Amino acid sequence: MNLVVYILRRLAISIPILFVGSFLVFCMVAAAGDPLGELRTQPGVSQESIDQLSHQLGLDMGIVPRYFDWLGGFLTGDWGISIAQGSNMQPVFPKIMSAFEVTIQLILAAEIIALLLGVAVGVLAAVKQYTPIDYIATTMAFIFFSMPIFCVAIVLKMYGIDLNVMINDMGWDSWLGNPFLKTTSPESLSGDGFFDSIIGYIGGLLLPTLSIMFISFAAYSRFQRSSMLETMNMDYVRTAQAKGISQGRVIMRHAFRNALIPVTTLFSVNFVTVVTGAIITERVFAWNGMGSVLVEAVNKNDPNTLMGWIVVIAVAVVVANLIADLVYGILDPRIRVG
Amino acid sequence: MEAGVESGHGKNSGGSDPEALPEARSQGRMVLRKFLRHKLAMGSVVVLALIILGSIILPLFYPHSYADASFSSYVEPSAEHPLGTTQVGKDMMAQVLRGTQFSLLIAITVAMLTTIIGVVLGALAGYLRGFTDSAISRLTDLFLIVPSIAAAAIMVRVLSGSWYVVALVLAMFAWMPIARITRAEAMSLSQREFIEAARASGAGTGRVVFKHLVPNMVGTITVNATLAVAQAVLAEAALSFIGLGVQIPDTSLGLVISENYEQMQGRPWLFFGAFTVLVLISLTINFIGDGLRDAFDPRQRKVKA
Repeated sequence: MNLVVYILRRLAISIPILFVGSFLVFCMVAAAGDPLGELRTQPGVSQESIDQLSHQLGLDMGIVPRYFDWLGGFLTGDWGISIAQGSNMQPVFPKIMSAFEVTIQLILAAEIIALLLGVAVGVLAAVKQYTPIDYIATTMAFIFFSMPIFCVAIVLKMYGIDLNVMINDMGWDSWLGNPFLKTTSPESLSGDGFFDSIIGYIGGLLLPTLSIMFISFAAYSRFQRSSMLETMNMDYVRTAQAKGISQGRVIMRHAFRNALIPVTTLFSVNFVTVVTGAIITERVFAWNGMGSVLVEAVNKNDPNTLMGWIVVIAVAVVVANLIADLVYGILDPRIRVG
Repeated sequence: MEAGVESGHGKNSGGSDPEALPEARSQGRMVLRKFLRHKLAMGSVVVLALIILGSIILPLFYPHSYADASFSSYVEPSAEHPLGTTQVGKDMMAQVLRGTQFSLLIAITVAMLTTIIGVVLGALAGYLRGFTDSAISRLTDLFLIVPSIAAAAIMVRVLSGSWYVVALVLAMFAWMPIARITRAEAMSLSQREFIEAARASGAGTGRVVFKHLVPNMVGTITVNATLAVAQAVLAEAALSFIGLGVQIPDTSLGLVISENYEQMQGRPWLFFGAFTVLVLISLTINFIGDGLRDAFDPRQRKVKA
């Protein structure tokens, strides 16, 4: 019950921030120049159609009414029109939603693997401190942590292409598909039948997921290692050991659960980094996700798409924070009760 | 063992009153000594220094200019062009050297700005509490919620892609973590007697914060400022890589990579030059930051002993 109150309180803080944040971003986007500037100089575009577009974008209103007009539409699912394709206008909502679906698929797959692997490796490195396992894990984490994500993606893409050639040489392409690892945007992930669909998903998602996963994994494992080391030095862990409880049980029951709490915080802090990483990875693998939508919208100065994009990501950040808070509450009883 | 005790003592009483001044200096010397013994961090300092000096000095002696596009397209690596030439016939080595200069310049500017903004806001919030704290905390939340890559991209497009615009915009969206860390530390420090003493002897907010609080957080600030450089290198490279960061005539390693990475399959040298330098910069700065953290941490000795 208290957990619900706690989450509601967190939400109550987030919503005004989202509101103020979206207004400030709206002003910034509005100050980014006339979105129809290019169209106005084009020959063959009548003044009438420009006026109509200008009205549709709300450019004939002041900034505050324009914002509330946009907000009203946004909350009811009408996110305005995109002018990225010139006078050929598309509604923003379906465009962003389909892009977001692509990106969130990538992020979820990568984050789940990164969390599981990162926590496992972090705990292992802490329990086996100053052994070769620890040194290897720490070094790997350090290297991936310092790598720019697009470099990881580029190198993976390069090896992916080599591996595809190898698979074809071995004659495995008959059942793994050709190319097995998709290094550019796959048209569709699923294939005919169950087996082909699985192969399709793995081949299509593997390289981009790995790129994002490595970076996140590095952060999680480093964090988990140090938090696990800290808990292992706590008095209550020593007490548990002194009482004669087996080491495995001490690690899992007494230390591990408490050592998970800081990692939960990292998950919410890390989320924005992961989104950024996904955007960049998509660029390398030519996926049509949030990354390409953003680049196009910025270059074409497309206000409604920019607003939709930014607010969707901001809401995703809020949701990620909420999930972290929820897990935090489950792990730490003091928050539930207090 | 003795060293550990000494540093712990120095950390606790360093700068608390004028009498302790020599001790405060001895803490600095302790940190330096510990840092100098940190092999990985010292190795990183050497590598990073070589990269910085190389990016400044080498272009003076290097025969080709970065702007010279008169060579043939895609010349393979040779003594004349150590990293080959690009599609438009520019010497790759010259591009990498210039990209390194700009990447470092941007990253150091960003780190300095984020540290200043973050420390000032964080220290004020942690010390003053009350309204100031909630205002600054809400501001921090606000900036954390806005996806920085999009906001930065829009601002860079409007204000031009000069290196200093990119640096300013990146700093605008990167000060929050430092502010949070500083706030937490300022909160716990302001409970201590020496702050109370300073206040009792009539020091104003500015004096307490900048003469008493901030100098006592020098360890945290140094470590986080160092790590901020590494993060700025990566953030700038990412922004420039998707084409929304630094624009020609300025450049950066991210831009150099972005322009040439599609050639990695047939002509890997066009990719790996800039890639290696970028990873080395980020890796060495992270190692240095880690070494500094160990050096500043008085508990470090206990764990290892």
